[in-house]
Amino acid sequence: MGTNSWRRMLAFFLAFSLLAVACGGSDDDVASDSDESTSTDTASEDTGSDDAEPEPEADEPEPEADEPEPEPEFVEEVGGDFLLRPENIPSDDQRGGVVVVGYAGAIPHTNGAVSSGYAVNTVGPQVNASLLRYNDAYQPVPYLADSWSIADDGLSVSLELNAEARFHDGEDVTCTDVDFSIETSQANHPFKPMFAPVTGVDGGDTKSCIVNLSQPHPALLIAFSPGLLPIIPEHIFNDGQEMKTHPRNSNDVIGAGPFRLVEFDGSEIVRFEANDDFFLPGLPYLDELIFDLGLDPATVTLGLQTGEFDIAAGDQAHGGQNVIDSQNDPNQRVSNKGFEAIGSIPWIQLNLRDEVLSDVRVRQALAHALDKETFNDVISVGLNNIDQCGPVQRNSPYYNPDGKCYEFDLEKAQALLDEAGYGEGFTITMNQSSANLPSMELIAEMWAEIGVTVEISLDADFPDWIAKTVGEDTQYDATWTTLWNWGDPVIGVNRSYNCDNRVAGVPFSNMSWYCNEELDALLNEAGLEFDEAKRAELYFSAADIINEDVPVIYLSNQVWYQRMQLTLQNPPESIWGFMDSWAEMWVDA
Amino acid sequence: MKQIAVRILQSLGLILAVIVLNFMLVHLAPGDAVDSLAGTAGEMSPETTQRLRDQYGLDEPVTTQLFTYVGNVLQGDLGVSIANNNRPVTEMIGERLWPTVLLSITALTFAVVLGVIVGTFAARRPESGFSHGTTVFALVGFAMPAFWTGYLLLTVFSKNLGWLPISGMEDLRFQGGWFAKQWDLAKHLVLPALSLGLIYIAAYSRLSRASMLEVLESDYVRTARAKGLGERSVLFKHALRNGIIPIVTVLGLQFGAILSGAILVETVFAWPGVGKLAFEAVVERDTNVLLGVLFLVSLTVIIANLVTDLIYRLIDPRIRVSGPSNG
Repeated sequence: MGTNSWRRMLAFFLAFSLLAVACGGSDDDVASDSDESTSTDTASEDTGSDDAEPEPEADEPEPEADEPEPEPEFVEEVGGDFLLRPENIPSDDQRGGVVVVGYAGAIPHTNGAVSSGYAVNTVGPQVNASLLRYNDAYQPVPYLADSWSIADDGLSVSLELNAEARFHDGEDVTCTDVDFSIETSQANHPFKPMFAPVTGVDGGDTKSCIVNLSQPHPALLIAFSPGLLPIIPEHIFNDGQEMKTHPRNSNDVIGAGPFRLVEFDGSEIVRFEANDDFFLPGLPYLDELIFDLGLDPATVTLGLQTGEFDIAAGDQAHGGQNVIDSQNDPNQRVSNKGFEAIGSIPWIQLNLRDEVLSDVRVRQALAHALDKETFNDVISVGLNNIDQCGPVQRNSPYYNPDGKCYEFDLEKAQALLDEAGYGEGFTITMNQSSANLPSMELIAEMWAEIGVTVEISLDADFPDWIAKTVGEDTQYDATWTTLWNWGDPVIGVNRSYNCDNRVAGVPFSNMSWYCNEELDALLNEAGLEFDEAKRAELYFSAADIINEDVPVIYLSNQVWYQRMQLTLQNPPESIWGFMDSWAEMWVDA
Repeated sequence: MKQIAVRILQSLGLILAVIVLNFMLVHLAPGDAVDSLAGTAGEMSPETTQRLRDQYGLDEPVTTQLFTYVGNVLQGDLGVSIANNNRPVTEMIGERLWPTVLLSITALTFAVVLGVIVGTFAARRPESGFSHGTTVFALVGFAMPAFWTGYLLLTVFSKNLGWLPISGMEDLRFQGGWFAKQWDLAKHLVLPALSLGLIYIAAYSRLSRASMLEVLESDYVRTARAKGLGERSVLFKHALRNGIIPIVTVLGLQFGAILSGAILVETVFAWPGVGKLAFEAVVERDTNVLLGVLFLVSLTVIIANLVTDLIYRLIDPRIRVSGPSNG
């Protein structure tokens, strides 16, 4: 054999080795993650990219017909009620340290009083404090407010603020700040019903405040949560500038939270240092909390594997291969706890202004023709919960588990279409971004079984989706979106069904253009009812109407998975998940 | 000198045309930055939407917006970023410029030096295994998209071997002195530069091989060898000087291409450069930032071509004497 032949063989061997090293050694499939990385769900609520469904695995094995799918096992629930459990407090030598969060996305600012969304409300509660927090049992816990009481007539709420509560610049947190924060939210926050009944806050520069209401408002307490009402300093923000784009939303931020903001570049890095003057003694446990931003989701997964990141955020881990990969990594743990209040529900939005879709029998037929189980298996590796049969998310106390569900039944679907006069089928368009193409193609295949042809129209980005779906002259038939409940139906449910929320140009409003006055009356009544049992009954009745009318078709309740190193303790696992203070987090090095 | 002045004037006209074209293209898409902001905020009332559109002049006719924009650019004002709390675009680009320059220059230097050396040696013995290997390497290098190369390198060197970091420009937990910081930076630079440079190594090795093959057949090279000059001297002092001219030409033209490649590589490696900024601006429909980056890229390409012309003259005296039309 000549020298050249040896060289060729050596070159071939080296190339082969390189490929083998790249492909072998682990089950983790970067290529599949990179597929997910391109998922940008332009029509999902809150940042437009947080709720992107992972794309299906091309080589996903077919499930055996008679063999039940093995339930994925997740690590025991170590957090949850950590707000109340003293055993989760680290010893003195375990305090301190740095946690780096791998974050797939950007963060526009830190002020949750002017916008909703996962991004703002994950970093916001680190720098800002709120009046209350909630534990994992939907129970309010003191925070800036040491105590609170609701007047017998429900028309006022008294709050006693923590005497030690101060902003990072040393100014006391007072009722003036509470008043200003609520006013700011009323004027700027997308969730108008949160504080619509609030007429003002008495108390001035004291710590004893009275929130006055025009009507009883049971959702008020949950609206005092970290992700919904950060208390921002009136002396900083009340300068007449536009609040949505106020420079102090991201630069030189002053809050009363457990961390001080020391560096902010919304697409690169957010760095916090412990607030030594935090009003809750001994907290936070960490010295530093760093969000490494703008990462590709595949990079976040790699960073967890290499140990560069302690915890992942913003990587749309609602089922998908990345969750399975992390679960199989002996150095990581995956928790499916936390975020229960978010209530993230992907659904198919139908435009009731369309002549065909205005017939309720057609909508019911489409609901019956949807095989949610297959959809969940193919699109989400079976990790979401398909038992979602109503507008209120299934973890809420207002969800009726016995409510009407549309079981997969093609015969019933065909009969309904025949009855409606569309037995020969019809054609509709479905629009969304290319990230949701697999979902739309699967839906199209399912509906083709009853003769419905779905023409898929791809949207370039979120503004394009708005223009097509909620614009002034919108002509869409069906689209795919994901909406969040946000803790209470008043905040996150009513908006999609109320007659008076049919507003052109406003995303996540009543985009189906659906109206049922009986339903509106029920929702309004429930919004005023303090008796929990009665309130639940009212929401059950409301859900029955919506389920009968089918303005949207629910696909699942997304389960949020948190991926982190085993060394991380007390991850945020309250009902708000990451959208809560991370003051109790620590690292067991 | 007159020719250079004419070229500069032509370039200015070209830049203006590029600004107008970019502006019109970006504004052809439906929706605007306020729509994107509404998505980020979760929802936005029609009143707030209108208020913001008024504030940023987005309700004005496109021609009015264009004249305002061009006027501002001529005064050095690229506007503010709507998605980033009104941060000046020039400030944002300024912050991201250095990482991109560092990445691009490292990748290009790496590609040119290695590509030319490999190509030159391949040309010396065109039928050798090394020469054929170079051809295969060039084909593979061209065929691999930069982002795919990036993931491959990440898997091998970061995940499996654990030698190099996966993202960013620095270790966020880093504590240490100046030298340690530079070492940390160098470690972060290796994989992005390699991903970006690999395509160009392939290109330059192929180009220099072809060019050198031609030059090595020239009479003056034969004369140099006949005079008894050493092979290294013949190759690098005589042949390479002429053989490198096509490389310099392509180098100037590829400045724009390498910035395009940087968008993908910077996104994969979370390298905080202008490319990643452009990607973010597209996602957020941050028009001013996107236009600012496009303007910068156009400017860079035009300047790079001007500089190429000048270097051309230095390398090849015939061009200096006769002008480019005879070159």
